[in-house]
Amino acid sequence: MLSRRRLWAMARKEVIQLRRDTRSLALAFVLPVLLVVLFGYAITWDVDDIATAVVDQDQSSRSRDLIDAFRSSGYFTVTRSLERPGDIEPLLDRSAIRLALVIPPDFSAAILAGRPAELQAIVDGSDANTASIILGYTQAVALSYSSALRLEGRVRALPATAESRVWYNEELSSRNMIVPGLVAVIMMIIAAMLTSLTIAREWERGTMEQLAATPVHRFEVVIGKLLPYLAIGLIDVVVVTIIGVLLFGVPFRGNALLLMILATAFLIGALGLGMFISAVAKSQVLATQLAMIATFLPAFLLSGFMFAIAVMPAPLQAVTYLVPARYFLVVTRGIFLKGVGVEVLRVQGLLMIAFAIVGLALATRVFQKRIL
Amino acid sequence: MSQVEAMVSLERLTRRFGDVTAVDGLSFDVASAELFGLVGPDGSGKTTTLRMLAGVLLPTEGDALMNGTSMARNPESAKPDLAYMSQRFGLYSDLTVRENLHFYADLYEVPRAERDQRMERLFRFSNLGPFTERLAGKLSGGMKQKLGLSCALIHQPKILLLDEPTFGVDPISRRDLWLIVHEMVAEGVTVIVSTAYMDEAERFDRVALLNEGRLLALATPAEMQEELKGKVYAVVVDRLREARDRLQPLHQVERAAVFGDRLHVTLTDPSHAPVIETTLQDGGFSVRGTDRIEPSMEDVFIHHVSQAGVL
Amino acid sequence: MSGRAAPAVRVEGLTKCFGDFVAVDHVTFDVRPGEIFGFLGPNGAGKTTTIKMLTGLLPPSEGSGSVAGLDIETEADRIKRQIGYMSQLFSLYADLTVEENVRFFSGLYGVDRARRLERRDWVLEMAGLTEHRRRLTGELPLGWKQRLALGCAVIHEPPTLFLDEPTSGVDPISRRRFWDLIYQLAEAGTTTFVSTHYMEEAEYCHRLALMNRGALIALDTPAALRDGLRVPMLEIETNDAPRAVAALGDAPGVRDAAMFGRRIHVTVDDSITARPVIASALEGHGLEVGDMTDITPSLEDVFVALVRRAGGAPDE
Repeated sequence: MLSRRRLWAMARKEVIQLRRDTRSLALAFVLPVLLVVLFGYAITWDVDDIATAVVDQDQSSRSRDLIDAFRSSGYFTVTRSLERPGDIEPLLDRSAIRLALVIPPDFSAAILAGRPAELQAIVDGSDANTASIILGYTQAVALSYSSALRLEGRVRALPATAESRVWYNEELSSRNMIVPGLVAVIMMIIAAMLTSLTIAREWERGTMEQLAATPVHRFEVVIGKLLPYLAIGLIDVVVVTIIGVLLFGVPFRGNALLLMILATAFLIGALGLGMFISAVAKSQVLATQLAMIATFLPAFLLSGFMFAIAVMPAPLQAVTYLVPARYFLVVTRGIFLKGVGVEVLRVQGLLMIAFAIVGLALATRVFQKRIL
Repeated sequence: MSQVEAMVSLERLTRRFGDVTAVDGLSFDVASAELFGLVGPDGSGKTTTLRMLAGVLLPTEGDALMNGTSMARNPESAKPDLAYMSQRFGLYSDLTVRENLHFYADLYEVPRAERDQRMERLFRFSNLGPFTERLAGKLSGGMKQKLGLSCALIHQPKILLLDEPTFGVDPISRRDLWLIVHEMVAEGVTVIVSTAYMDEAERFDRVALLNEGRLLALATPAEMQEELKGKVYAVVVDRLREARDRLQPLHQVERAAVFGDRLHVTLTDPSHAPVIETTLQDGGFSVRGTDRIEPSMEDVFIHHVSQAGVL
Repeated sequence: MSGRAAPAVRVEGLTKCFGDFVAVDHVTFDVRPGEIFGFLGPNGAGKTTTIKMLTGLLPPSEGSGSVAGLDIETEADRIKRQIGYMSQLFSLYADLTVEENVRFFSGLYGVDRARRLERRDWVLEMAGLTEHRRRLTGELPLGWKQRLALGCAVIHEPPTLFLDEPTSGVDPISRRRFWDLIYQLAEAGTTTFVSTHYMEEAEYCHRLALMNRGALIALDTPAALRDGLRVPMLEIETNDAPRAVAALGDAPGVRDAAMFGRRIHVTVDDSITARPVIASALEGHGLEVGDMTDITPSLEDVFVALVRRAGGAPDE
């Protein structure tokens, strides 16, 4: 028979212990903030402020217009004007520039003649990802420059251009995708870390033997220990969300209450997982390590945060279904960016509730009131 | 002891860890309101036995009935009536004295109206009153144990299990601990205590001597001492260790041991007493005194264990 | 033991203050070479602080002392090489074998290369672990570990040995074996300091120093301490020990009454005159009075009486 009084006693005891353990408490509040700020700045798929060198062999008003077009695009910073293409290499070698534009001597002549005018772009390809983004931007600027020419009526024929419009994330700022995703990833890690210590600590300190001799039900132990950490986790979600909105300017279009409800389901699952690990490991060091392994990599790599799940090989895709951060990621992105409601997130919500139930059941099942 | 009044009843209680049998078919009864001692050398199974009685370790075979409830099948339903204090300090060192007591009061669902009253009473015994707001981790060894005992007693258990409660406790605090225990026994609580200290064994109503998980002897301390009556001598002599080595091989001598500034000699029969002096004098020792002494529980213990062939 | 030999340990007016708190208060004593010197006292009595000063870990605030002829203040570093130390929590490496632990400690204490093998064999032999030299230390019974710990503590043949509750939690048989080793060392001239809470351990010492609240309150042989407390004590059988203790609280001629199992131990001014007073006090409270026997106070009784007389334990 479960007793509310015992459950509250467990929870109250945890709260007192947490309050006196200022280091853990600081970790619980500071770490998520630190992570979201750090990753919010560090992880970005946008490339801007591209240091660019220009070799203008044409030296015409056309070529200067083109260079201005690059300048005003906002992505490129023209840091140098070079005399000869031969000067490019040493600069690229030292990473002083990431892009060099070579405007050939017949550039304006070709335009006037209606011939294709060639623009040579030399990119630092050591980071392939960035390089292709830079090339894409370069082509986009060149394209918009030539369409401007067409409007002027100077150019008769141009290759067809694909028109694209971006929804939800109009500025195509990757930060808008990253920050809500981070909320999910960070909460997964923090939640499991928080509880991974709690049962192991009692085994290590010898308090578990005493606790095991009382009539306390193991479900009361699990829930009682979980409640204070759930409160901390929810506060963390709020704090991280506020940082995302205020510091990174990420839009928040959805229902805050819905986010908190779904976050609760998600956190219970993650906290339960941490407690499960704690009960298995019975040692704090091992439990923390296991919790990191069990949450950090999957949350980062397999949740759809870093890599789109759709492009993963099928077996890996199957594994992602076991990564609860995957569902919460959809929830945070959906609520932050699209402002979607429960009708869209129903599946994710149900899956997270299932995860919460499984997490609690596992923790309760594995935690035995026995020495061996 | 009849079945009716047994509060604790062990029936071939056995626990194995892999190949090692830590507790091997223990059977005995403990009566209601008895102060019962478990005594034995390291690894004799005292702690394992108490853990099974406390329901924190399942027996491999056999059973223990605690107030009629089987600890093999139904340990959880026995726990409200039990109190257990493990050998290692098991309270929360980062909680205060009061917080620890409240926590255990809540776990046992002690009615709030009674809680403060009981705490007052325990404070009176334990002298912990002035330290209620101190963190348990900051208490001295003796006070920690008194707090442990207070937490164990807050729900007024029927059976109290104490695993080496006086370990690391100074004699002054030890007195307080025993005062509380005796008080509980007087109120009708059944108490089972393990100890490695033989002088403590004289307090018990009955003592079970354990060795290698088996029961060597079970009797009152007086009965146990009676067996050795007239057989134990204190010998004041020079060159103690040499004197001991001279006496030990004699078939009339069960055991001779150096004890401070004298030898303690246990004879196989009281009639052999003269052999001590004659042997030592023949060996050129100067014997300054041979006094028959009351056998201590330590003598009893060593007597039994050596008879069991461990030595 | 020669009475003329210079003391192995000499302490004069030794004092240690931590701020306003006087942890050790003008303690003076001598210890003879080869003597086993017991150090008793409740928690916080100043035993540990005294031992820390003697082992050169803590400088005294006042007073002086010498260990093995070395000044504890000016020659603290040299003292550390002249002592062996074994604590209750003495940390042998559980995952090393017996032999590996011995080898480790002989390296740690800088035992001469030439003597290492000889000392190793001596330690193994002394601890009775020669046959078990290849076993992991963690697997050994507590009593064996204690013997090995003692062996490791004396591997460098220190003239002075400090033991902190060396046989705590050890059964009587292992304890006797352990003390046999100490006697063996003492006969060879090793001076041994033992601090303990246990009278069973204290009984093995040649002399006992009892500390309370930083001061030395008694110093004598166990037998003399027992005889010195000439207060008679009665053991009384009764049907309700707690009530009997309460009933005797203010009976004339009764100094103290304490429960001992179902019996009570009563300290009285005079055994003969106290008997009828006690009997009538108990009967007056409706209690049954059984046998009354004169008993010799145990060393623990002596200890408690002396501490109470000296103002009670620090946390009482």
